[in-house]
Amino acid sequence: MKKNESYDEFIKGIWRDNPVFAQVLGMCPMLAVTNSAINAIAMGMASMFVLVGSSFLVSSFRNLIPKQVRISCFIIIIATFVTIVDYTLLAIVPKVHKELGAFIPLIVANCLILGRQEAFASRYPTKLAVMDALGMAVGFLVALFSLGAVREILGDGALFGVKLFGENFEPWVVMILPPGGFLTLGVILLFFNWFKYKKDEFLEDVAAAERSSR
Amino acid sequence: MSAVPDKGSPSSLRLVMTLAIAGLISGVAIIGIYEATLQTITENKARELREAVFKVLPGVSDMQPFVYRDGKIVVSEPDKDEPVVYGGYDEQGAFVGYAMPGAGPGFQDTIKILYGYKPAEKLVVGMEVLESRETPGLGDKIYKDMDFVDEFYSLAIEPEIVAVKKGTKTADNHVDAITGATISAKAVVRIINETHAAWAGQLPPSGSEPELEAKGQGGSGAGP
Repeated sequence: MKKNESYDEFIKGIWRDNPVFAQVLGMCPMLAVTNSAINAIAMGMASMFVLVGSSFLVSSFRNLIPKQVRISCFIIIIATFVTIVDYTLLAIVPKVHKELGAFIPLIVANCLILGRQEAFASRYPTKLAVMDALGMAVGFLVALFSLGAVREILGDGALFGVKLFGENFEPWVVMILPPGGFLTLGVILLFFNWFKYKKDEFLEDVAAAERSSR
Repeated sequence: MSAVPDKGSPSSLRLVMTLAIAGLISGVAIIGIYEATLQTITENKARELREAVFKVLPGVSDMQPFVYRDGKIVVSEPDKDEPVVYGGYDEQGAFVGYAMPGAGPGFQDTIKILYGYKPAEKLVVGMEVLESRETPGLGDKIYKDMDFVDEFYSLAIEPEIVAVKKGTKTADNHVDAITGATISAKAVVRIINETHAAWAGQLPPSGSEPELEAKGQGGSGAGP
């Protein structure tokens, strides 16, 4: 039962409550850094570290932090983790850091991260909070990657820098420019909403069939 | 110490203390990570610069920084925002050319480049993009498209370099621009022209460049 519960918290972030596709959070990095798959993954990993770290601390200290100053405390915790990520990336993978540029420090302002602290980590035990954070972070990573992959394949004819098509492929340049981000995100959200709509319809049908058979 | 207030409203002191402690811990953590990574980051930067200098000046095995002071070029680490060029020397210690850092606006953000310049022949002999935020897949061809980078291996700098439409190159000072990334390609050319113009009056006449000083701190660009 207990194990099941934390598994649920993990899985909900990836699909049902996906931070991007269902909650439409974190749009700024979502649109800005997904012009190639590798950038998207680096951003996703950085966000994951910050989100899981902050959720762990916030949840551990949730009884010590007075609720009047909780938001300030969350921000201090998040900002510290972001600074750690910033310097670590700069030291270990300066190339990636260069590509992501200003969007690393801007993780502080990602409403997905503060949102999870306020809505979940500050109310639930540490284990559940970490599972929730992991789930949300993986969901965010998946969303970033799917956008980054689509845009890189269409816009550059490559994935992770490896050319996929022959010489004759004409790159769809607009896809790696900002409009491509909006277009791709729009199409993916369309699919998600269509899927949700179909599912609701299906559940209603089932419920109606059950009622009439009674 | 005041009594711990029961549920409801904690004392102001507690609020202040909580934030102060959180800030303190955060500060210590940030100083820790800064100190821990500082050395690697400086080394990375120095190594990158050194590699870039050796790349844009073929045949160079040592380098030293120059700044312009009191009407002449002197060997020195630059102060804060002082412009600097790097002199490259071959194994016998003979002067080969300058590696000139330049910067200017690109399509999205400042592009920083380094180019190799041989004053004797008035030739650009190599170009390396140090920093750019050009669009991946388009503008980043200024350093990913080898055809474009190769344009700078032997390029006349006087009269000033002109970026022409791809395939229409007719003179030694022409550079084939990149289809779809004209702005970025032209930006690189403009940066080289501007940097050259800015230094033209300051560099000593060809043949009288400062000699390579005895290796003190390894001759790298890393300041103390």
